[in-house]
Amino acid sequence: MTGGITSPDAGWRQADRGPAVQRTGKRRRRGGGRGRGEVPMVDDVEFTSYYGRQIVKTPVWKSPDVPLYLFLGGAAGSASILGALADVTGRPALTRVARLTAAGGSMASVVFLIHDLGRPERFLHMLRVLKPTSPLSVGTYILSPFSAAAGATAAVELLGWFPRLKRFGGVVAALFGGPLATYTGVLLANTAVPSWHEFHGRLPFVFGGSAMAAGGGICMALTPLSESEPARKMAIIGAGIELAAIRGVEGSDSILAEPYHEGRPGKFMRAARACTSTGLGLAVLGGRTRLGAVASGTLLAAGSLLTRFGVFEAGIASTKDPKYIVVPQRERMAARNGQVRSVTH
Amino acid sequence: MTISSASPAFTGRDPHNRLFGPLPDVQGEAGYEEEHPKRVGFFTDTSVCIGCKACEVACKEWNTLPMDDSHGVRDALGLSGMSYDNTGQLGANSWRHVAFIEQSRTVDLPMPTFGRPGDDRQGSGPSPAEAGDDVSLANAQQSVLNAEALSEFDPQTGQSGADTQVRWLMSSDVCKHCTHAGCLDVCPTGALFRTEFGTVVVQGDICNGCGYCVASCPYGVIDQRKDDGRVFKCTMCYDRLTDGLQPACATACPTQSIQFGDLDELQARADARLATLQSQGVETARLYGRDENDGVGGAGAFFLLLDEPEVYGLPPDPVVTTRDLPAMWKAAGKAAVMMVGVAVTAFLGSRKR
Repeated sequence: MTGGITSPDAGWRQADRGPAVQRTGKRRRRGGGRGRGEVPMVDDVEFTSYYGRQIVKTPVWKSPDVPLYLFLGGAAGSASILGALADVTGRPALTRVARLTAAGGSMASVVFLIHDLGRPERFLHMLRVLKPTSPLSVGTYILSPFSAAAGATAAVELLGWFPRLKRFGGVVAALFGGPLATYTGVLLANTAVPSWHEFHGRLPFVFGGSAMAAGGGICMALTPLSESEPARKMAIIGAGIELAAIRGVEGSDSILAEPYHEGRPGKFMRAARACTSTGLGLAVLGGRTRLGAVASGTLLAAGSLLTRFGVFEAGIASTKDPKYIVVPQRERMAARNGQVRSVTH
Repeated sequence: MTISSASPAFTGRDPHNRLFGPLPDVQGEAGYEEEHPKRVGFFTDTSVCIGCKACEVACKEWNTLPMDDSHGVRDALGLSGMSYDNTGQLGANSWRHVAFIEQSRTVDLPMPTFGRPGDDRQGSGPSPAEAGDDVSLANAQQSVLNAEALSEFDPQTGQSGADTQVRWLMSSDVCKHCTHAGCLDVCPTGALFRTEFGTVVVQGDICNGCGYCVASCPYGVIDQRKDDGRVFKCTMCYDRLTDGLQPACATACPTQSIQFGDLDELQARADARLATLQSQGVETARLYGRDENDGVGGAGAFFLLLDEPEVYGLPPDPVVTTRDLPAMWKAAGKAAVMMVGVAVTAFLGSRKR
């Protein structure tokens, strides 16, 4: 048979609604015309489904709990790195701001993580095993020592006790800070959610960059200009990495990049890009003034938050349409069969 | 605290670091002693399923599952409005789901010919129509469960009008009890575990409702009960197995569409059944979940289907998400190192004012 890769065998079609196949409906607007400007593109492929019902389950994770958890964890993680380095290089004001940001972010993210559980009172069950195959398990063992160290460091920072112990706590938090910010990319990617899993190599970089933009931005906004320069640099580089990594996801020609452009997640992603790029420009040009630092830091943090919402919602959207399961898997099978054929011939 | 042995890749006992691919001894890999029972499974032969839903009822009865509608809303009575299928999907409260698909196809040349009724499935050349052969058709229909008659007559295909054939596809879907189970791999509490029978079961008293397994099942099987917070799925009647009984659904199935037994035996039976069907010209018959080299290392519950998997609401090429986990951890590690590098650079490039 020479039909498309997804055509059912032997000509059987769903009886009551004509062809059982649907079109992916991937259309692109051409020109500025209204309505008539929409034309089907070549990549409008046919696929079959069971009454159009979704195949994988939509994650039961709640919004805004989980996106906020991702954002706060990221900001706290990068702030803790800033704090430890600022302490070592003798910048007391930046150290203080970074430590308080790290502690506040991690405490709040723990609250959101626990609140998202179906049985919050059983949070401690996470600590009865350590499973390297479960990013949530690994993440628990990153978040717990991080928030303990960051919280203790911030507490002694406020109270002014044990200066040497404070430095040690700050360094411990900083060691867990990077993993805390990037493991969340694995947390989302290690699922059957097609638009997350597809970009499993990129999401940690999206989240890492986004975390630096947020943590750097917040610290830049709250620290006096005399000491805020490293935070500004971190925010600028982080925002650049965030924008580049997101471009790698959104610009992919896989059908799984589609949810990042459409509907609510598309709006979040566009708003995130606007905030982050404006914040980036402002930080470069005006970040050395007090007003510029506050404005650009706020914009970068907002961009980071919107990115988390956009990525989260895009994955949710990708579970709701069977095409995001069927079409890529069919393409994968076709590619595999093509390989087998070229080997055997 | 224990380091979980849920996935053989990290136990040190697996030199190939396998997170996917065939595993000849799943229970052994999960840490059971040598003398564990054989791995059991379901072989669901949809070619003899009559869509009676006895399996669904038996499952609900035995496991005391609450009522839900076709979207998993608990204690709601709702019709799906799409077919005779009002169960709709597998979920926390539906551990068996009978899919129902009505299909038709146009017969190329509706002329009476001399072929046997089953011959038109070969799909090449003119197809016969048995319109004039009412007596033999009736006989065949009366004895559909007779193996000999089945070879000549497929109960799921009928003739509607002169040029259209109709068939009903029915398939009882269930948790696949994968060799590499995504739900089991990602569970952070160890609530999901591999039983001595090679099945995958949730321990309700451990589950803290994080929902990670829900997002990680490539088949969309396991789900959360919203009011309860925990997740639920097919246990392959673990309680019955430990007492030497068969699972409720297999016991209730009147046509032996659901067959329970040792997995290797079922696999041999399925291969033979497929060969029989194919020799009878049922070209579209295929096994789903039987291949140990597929993305989940083969399923403990596998199927004989008469059309593409996605027609039944099954993913055509499911892959356990943890197959790519080493690459993900590597990326996360690199990204974390990158963050420290950026921070150090930011400090090195800044002078104090």
